[in-house]
Amino acid sequence: MSFFLTQTLTGLASASSLFLVAAGLTVIFGVTRVVNFAHGSLCMLGAFIGWSILTRLPRDPAWFALGVLGTAAATALIGAALEIGLLRRIYRAPELFQLLATFGVVLVLADATLWLWGPNDLPLPRPPWLRQFVMIAGSRFPLFDLVLIAIGPLVLAGLLLVFHRTRWGVLVRAATQDRDMVAALGVDQRLLFTSVFALGAGLAGLGGVLALPAGSANLQIDLAVITEAFVIVVVGGLGSIGGAYLAAVLIGVLQAFGVVVLPGATLVLVFVVMAVVLVVRPYGLLGRDRGESRTDAEAVTLQRPAGLWQITAAGIGLALFLAAPLLFGPFAMAIATEMLVAMLFAASLHVMMGPGGMPSFGHAAWFGIGAYGAALLAQNLATPMPLALAGAPILAGLAAFAVGAFIVRLSGVYLAMLTLAFAQIVWAVAVQFVGLTGGDNGVLGVWPADPRGFYYVALGLCVGGVLILRRVLFSPFGFALRAGRDAPARAAASGIDMTAHRLAAFTLSGATAGLAGAIFTYSKGSAFPTYISVSHSVDALIMVLLGGIGSLAGPIIGAIAYTGLFDLLLATDFWRARLGAIIIALVLFFPAGLAGWAERRR
Amino acid sequence: MIVLAVSGLQKRFGGVRAVDDVTFSIVAGEILALIGPNGAGKSTCFNLINGQITPDHGTIHLHGRDITGLAPRQIARLGVGRSFQIAAGFASMTVRQNLQTALAAHHRQSWRFWHDAMGAHVAEAAALLARVGLAAQADRAAGVLAYGDLKRLDLAIALAGAPGLLLMDEPGAGMALAERGALMRLVQKLAREDGMAVLFTEHDMAAVFAIADRVVVLDRGKILASGDPASVRANPVVQARYLGSGR
Repeated sequence: MSFFLTQTLTGLASASSLFLVAAGLTVIFGVTRVVNFAHGSLCMLGAFIGWSILTRLPRDPAWFALGVLGTAAATALIGAALEIGLLRRIYRAPELFQLLATFGVVLVLADATLWLWGPNDLPLPRPPWLRQFVMIAGSRFPLFDLVLIAIGPLVLAGLLLVFHRTRWGVLVRAATQDRDMVAALGVDQRLLFTSVFALGAGLAGLGGVLALPAGSANLQIDLAVITEAFVIVVVGGLGSIGGAYLAAVLIGVLQAFGVVVLPGATLVLVFVVMAVVLVVRPYGLLGRDRGESRTDAEAVTLQRPAGLWQITAAGIGLALFLAAPLLFGPFAMAIATEMLVAMLFAASLHVMMGPGGMPSFGHAAWFGIGAYGAALLAQNLATPMPLALAGAPILAGLAAFAVGAFIVRLSGVYLAMLTLAFAQIVWAVAVQFVGLTGGDNGVLGVWPADPRGFYYVALGLCVGGVLILRRVLFSPFGFALRAGRDAPARAAASGIDMTAHRLAAFTLSGATAGLAGAIFTYSKGSAFPTYISVSHSVDALIMVLLGGIGSLAGPIIGAIAYTGLFDLLLATDFWRARLGAIIIALVLFFPAGLAGWAERRR
Repeated sequence: MIVLAVSGLQKRFGGVRAVDDVTFSIVAGEILALIGPNGAGKSTCFNLINGQITPDHGTIHLHGRDITGLAPRQIARLGVGRSFQIAAGFASMTVRQNLQTALAAHHRQSWRFWHDAMGAHVAEAAALLARVGLAAQADRAAGVLAYGDLKRLDLAIALAGAPGLLLMDEPGAGMALAERGALMRLVQKLAREDGMAVLFTEHDMAAVFAIADRVVVLDRGKILASGDPASVRANPVVQARYLGSGR
């Protein structure tokens, strides 16, 4: 009995801090429709700022509470500055570009934090009152956890009160329903959006500082928290505060029990729950279908096959890649292989995201399945390289088909979230199934017999793969797929089976990413869980958006530019901040991507 | 020959009977107008026939075959074309490619991965575009067409399926008066020449009485009156409830 009680209470305590962060995210999304990737970074700033404030204050509960509130106010101010300085300029941009810009903010804030506070974890020295325990059902329970348990519902009640009983709150709810209407009624949109963003950021900071006593201020918070917060917001229903609390409790409690009952599968558990909830209730526990925002469709422009200048550029590029090993030696060969793999990876994402209209936050899943598939085939079954390279895309394609069958009916953010969930499951398997995958040590020693020969194999497969994708996109299948994205009802009324077309595109995209993964494994001689990490999925997303989503040339240019940029910046200090700044600048000045910009300049 | 037979159709949304015991049929080459005030159940009727929603009661037969409850794309494949109240083309393609896509779907070629879509059905696409008067715009992007042209493109895409029955939801909405007349005459010509049955809804009574062979008047989900345009116009109940005494 006491086991159930203490685990439930532990779960509720973690649910509270999860809820604070997720509530901020969901409020911001509801009103501004921006999926704020930087929300985890605001939470991290909350932890660091809180650390700086609390370590300087007297160590009694009253000063602690004051310090916590001060931290929340400080992050709220940072949030307001972020909104005024950046987000305000991109509200009209397509959803995915906003996402990209906020990811740029993640990178900049990560390095800013590193610069200000240094690389070490900063634990909060805990005064006696923070270390106290309470006896509950015969076992010791941390007093601070009880405080946390109370804070969740208190904040929930406070938010509901503000949103239902104040004029500002009513306006925010109205803007969540229809922000154009609210603007038409004469409400100052800018003030409303800034204040909402500040509130959300303040909540994130609050969540960050309140998690301090149980952990530390560290540089991993941003991405760890954003993934969890996304899951909670999506499970609860986008824009629903009550849903966020419900989801936070569900996931907090499940995790608390999972740690004890299934210690090897905690990472998988959360995402399985999310997948199940979304398959049963596609808009989350308390969410409703708001009608997809059509910003992406507005950005649709005419898609043309490559013209003379593009073919010439591609020819010159191909010649450079062919000559690279002869002209520049082995180091250039390594970079060139990376570029080629990135190109195929980005092109495969383009197929589902562009013509397929299915954004993905978890494209690394298929890459990883291909990478591990090839590595394990080679290591465990002594499969020769050509067969391993052929088997990897088949494995990835089958996995994509199986997952896609459940999720291609969903749209927009929800679909992207489920792809993220699946990628996290694959990642967790790679990390936790040590017997098969070697865990964090990866699978090593998968080298091709002849490196230079392999370079040309990689070149052939990557360029050939892209050409095949190009051919498919300009086939009747590709046109039907695009028709379904441009005007779903019109396409259905013409007899096009959109779901089946989307599933086929999803499968093709997964298989191609799997091939890219297999090539990468052989070029690096190993497969690691990092291949499946969130940041690798984001890499693919950045490459596609950087190049421009309007044509296949986009991801190719994006992949080469991003890989080149990455390799150049990696050698410098604070490369993340530089990369982030470049991404933000690109979104502000090249909203159609590099290829789109070149297209328009002609 | 009866193309479409709707019988005892009923659909509730909550407590509202949006469509209540509606029965009518259309023969080949006939143009039937479905009219009524806002909320009379016209669009619901359309969406029921089109397969976007399923009826609570009643049946829909196409060429004698029961199509009740089939999905829109299945109904489309049985030869039902439709145009949309808010016309939508495939914005990332040229006008010609829009038609090529629709024609490929009609010829069951949407699963060809390796053919060149832009080289297929060129002549057929050109013929359809000429028919709706878009031949000069074939290479323009569908996303930048004027709204009247988009309506025509929408119609051409519907016609690409060689439909035996054409459903048009407010074909004249958003069009200039002259354009609307031209479009209506075009539809009339298609019905006469191809023997295509046409069911359409329209707010513009001039257009309705100009081309409809028969008119069905809906009011609060029920059929208030039906018959040839002249008799419907003369019907006192219709005048009182819908057309108004002034007209």
